[in-house]
Amino acid sequence: MNRSRKLLVFGGLALATIGMGYGLYYALFTEHQTLDGMGAALATAFVRTAQRNLPQAHAAIDAFGRAKYTYVRQVDLHSHWIGLAMLMIVFGVVFDRVDFKEGTRCWLALALLAGSVLFPLGVIFETASPGAWFPSALAVAGSAVVTLALAAVAWGFARAW
Amino acid sequence: MSAPRLLIFGGIALIAGGMLFGDIFAVFVLHQNGGRTGEALLAAAQAAAVQDPAGVRAAFTRIGGLLQDRGTKVDTHVHMTDAGYLALLLALVQPYVALPSQRKKRLAKLFLLGGVLLPVGIFLIHYVGLAHSPFSVIGWASVLADSAGALLIIALLGEAWGLWKYFRRSRAYALEPEVIADNSWSQHALLSGGTLLVLLGFLYGAWYAAFDLYPQEKQETAILTSLADQSASDNTPAMNQAVNDYGTLAGAKAVYIAAHSHAIEFGLLAMLLSFIQPYVYLSEVWKRCWILVLLAGAIILPVFVLLELKLGLVAGGIADAGGLMVIIALIGMLVGVLRYTGRLDAGVAE
Repeated sequence: MNRSRKLLVFGGLALATIGMGYGLYYALFTEHQTLDGMGAALATAFVRTAQRNLPQAHAAIDAFGRAKYTYVRQVDLHSHWIGLAMLMIVFGVVFDRVDFKEGTRCWLALALLAGSVLFPLGVIFETASPGAWFPSALAVAGSAVVTLALAAVAWGFARAW
Repeated sequence: MSAPRLLIFGGIALIAGGMLFGDIFAVFVLHQNGGRTGEALLAAAQAAAVQDPAGVRAAFTRIGGLLQDRGTKVDTHVHMTDAGYLALLLALVQPYVALPSQRKKRLAKLFLLGGVLLPVGIFLIHYVGLAHSPFSVIGWASVLADSAGALLIIALLGEAWGLWKYFRRSRAYALEPEVIADNSWSQHALLSGGTLLVLLGFLYGAWYAAFDLYPQEKQETAILTSLADQSASDNTPAMNQAVNDYGTLAGAKAVYIAAHSHAIEFGLLAMLLSFIQPYVYLSEVWKRCWILVLLAGAIILPVFVLLELKLGLVAGGIADAGGLMVIIALIGMLVGVLRYTGRLDAGVAE
């Protein structure tokens, strides 16, 4: 097995294990509490509305929005890490059929690994400081690297046909 | 049965089972659940309008139940299908897992056990709830699902250990032959089609994240704020409008995410199936037939899911038919793998 395939298979397995470990931790210690918090915030908003306390109702809806913003990104981290890891392992099995030199294939494998780690990481960093430029830039850069590498792999497969 | 064959059978069966569950959910649960959630939200707003906090809480308890019902069913579908994908992946890397064949079989069985119990546990969460649970927020079904997740991780770690030994060249066991690269039309079609589907799904997901995700998140809180304000002024037509807007927004979000994720998942599936084509013991005509049916279904489902926003339930029905095409193609291929194994077993017997 050459270097590019090793990088993809091992990188993919490591990423899948980390993604699953994170999912297990998240399901055990965070998810139920987060979902309960979101439900409670929304219920509070309408209870305050019933009590005609609109400022507190609006505050509860904002809290719901913030909790959901975080929840969506936490779930995305889990699913995108595992999904991208699976894609890397699949490519690892068949990467010899990408019709480029081994050096180019190594760079493509490295780009897939780096992008697959950084893109979801940027998404989760967004929850620490919503609206900050760095996490968004990391997510955009990571996804751009994965997309370009993916396009190059597709082109490599097409050349071999 | 060897570990790769166990994983291929189990993997395809899990994927077909997960997709069948997804199709049944889409036809019989998804839209009905969405409608009932909208009704419950309107009931909460109406209770708030007549200053009835107890009525609001009752409505939100109903909404919580409906969301949990929907969420656990989506998770059952996703986790069953993904466990199947991982099983197929593990079948492919078996030639590089330097462990005794008995241990590899045990790891395969452990993985498949986890792959079955995880979605079963998730499915039961809504029905079992917190009954007889010693924990405050985690019920027995969650414990089952989490334990099954741990089984999957243990099996994966075992496989990683075997791979590590292979690459450290410390193996002393006979390994299975590598995946056959027969450069057939079937393999090329599935590999190229699969990569293209993944790329399209990825591009669409990036576009959605860049242009739709943040506006939709803002729109959600804006609609809820408007609904609270209209409830406070007891404006029934405006409340109805806000609930309708909320339902439309939730539908749009679900549709965008489903189109993105299904294109990528089907792309991965096509690539995985390209590797097992040498083990599909069918005539070339039938092999090509199932591949074309699979790729057609794989493109029809995400495209028509997306068109649901414009064409409504007709597009939803066509999308479900696309999912069914993928399931039928999968079963067709599974029959081919069964025939291949039967031939092998007959050869061994002779």
